Amino acid sequence: MFTILAEHGSALLSGLGYTLAASLMALLGSLVIGTAFALFEISHRKWLRIIGRIYVEVVRNIPLLVIALGFYVIVPRYVMPMDGFTAGTIGLTIYTSAFIAETVRAGIESVAVGQMEGARSVGLTYTQAMVQIIFPQAIKIVVPPLGNQFINLVKNSSVLAFVAGFDLMYEGKIVANATFSTFDTYLAVGLLYLVLTMPLSYLMRYLEKHWVSA
Amino acid sequence: MQSFFAAYTWDNLRYLLQGLWVTVEVSVVSILFSFILGTLLGVARYVKIKYFSAIVGFVIDLIRNLPLLLILFFTYFALPDIGIRLPVIPAAIVAMTVFESAMLAEIVRSGINAVPVGQMEAARSNGLSYTQAMTKIIMPQAFKKMIPPIVSQFISLVKDTSLATIILLPELTYHAQIIYGQNINYMIPMFVALAALYFIVNYALSIASRVIDRRMSRAPR
Repeated sequence: MFTILAEHGSALLSGLGYTLAASLMALLGSLVIGTAFALFEISHRKWLRIIGRIYVEVVRNIPLLVIALGFYVIVPRYVMPMDGFTAGTIGLTIYTSAFIAETVRAGIESVAVGQMEGARSVGLTYTQAMVQIIFPQAIKIVVPPLGNQFINLVKNSSVLAFVAGFDLMYEGKIVANATFSTFDTYLAVGLLYLVLTMPLSYLMRYLEKHWVSA
Repeated sequence: MQSFFAAYTWDNLRYLLQGLWVTVEVSVVSILFSFILGTLLGVARYVKIKYFSAIVGFVIDLIRNLPLLLILFFTYFALPDIGIRLPVIPAAIVAMTVFESAMLAEIVRSGINAVPVGQMEAARSNGLSYTQAMTKIIMPQAFKKMIPPIVSQFISLVKDTSLATIILLPELTYHAQIIYGQNINYMIPMFVALAALYFIVNYALSIASRVIDRRMSRAPR
């Protein structure tokens, strides 16, 4: 394993970089899309609620691989050229946004109804109340589950290997094929994933215990 | 548009459903194994036996923090390197089981944690041994609480079997790829079919879970 890391470390590290980049971009994108659909789901307008519900239910019941692969093979053929990294990251973003929508919705709903009523009755508009009163309270509740979503993102970004996305899994596959020492290579790849995910997951566990209950 | 529906020939549909059947088979077998293994691991982590529980806990955390795809690669591509050669279907089942039992272990542990401490104390003070209290009082209550998270874990498992395409497991996604690989015009119809089939299976599961949960919480203990 250490010889693999010594000789092919740079390829694997570059893969780790792509993994991290895809995960971060997908996190940002899915936060925006997910929050939007969470707001749809709790909207007063019925048609917005229905759109929100359909989006969440459809997206989270379809495998990430199908979504990512769909972008990778359909878009370049019928719409516009798109490389694997982009297609994979878009797939990751869409897939994760459904889960984030659920997380954010649960966070907003866990803020007492009275908070919204109180804010509205002192003259704030719905948007002002949301942005200034509800969101700041919801964020504290939402951070640990969002952190766990990010861990999932890092792990899920391994589907980029299917679409030539240059991520850690993809580089690992190339190194394994070149060196024939599959065991050591995948051990090294696993180690690199753990370097990213383990500290994060312990941090999230700590936050869940000491932050939310406070 | 005409070619869209032309993709859904009887043969193609049957081929897709054959794939779906493998998806379901591998998922069901894996979840059953994982349930047994996950319960053992979850309890082992919960009971806090010196060193043993800590080590089990660490291993569970390690597995949970690895991508399932990597574990699949490991069982199918890396194990032969040290002399263990598994055929495709067992390799897929082993990988899924390893990953899912770590996931279920955490569900089991938090299920047990959710049972009020008083239950254990009352059982012990009534003269039951720790093991009796665990198997007769704590676990039955804990399992009830675990049903919804276990079903949602099963839904992710069904979705995750698609990853086994990479080791050429003849499941749904792989079969769809074969079909549009032969006729590129069938690409969009096949992805639509994939989305629809996965959605139907998983959405039905999530509705079933909600119904069971509602029945369970309504019924008196």
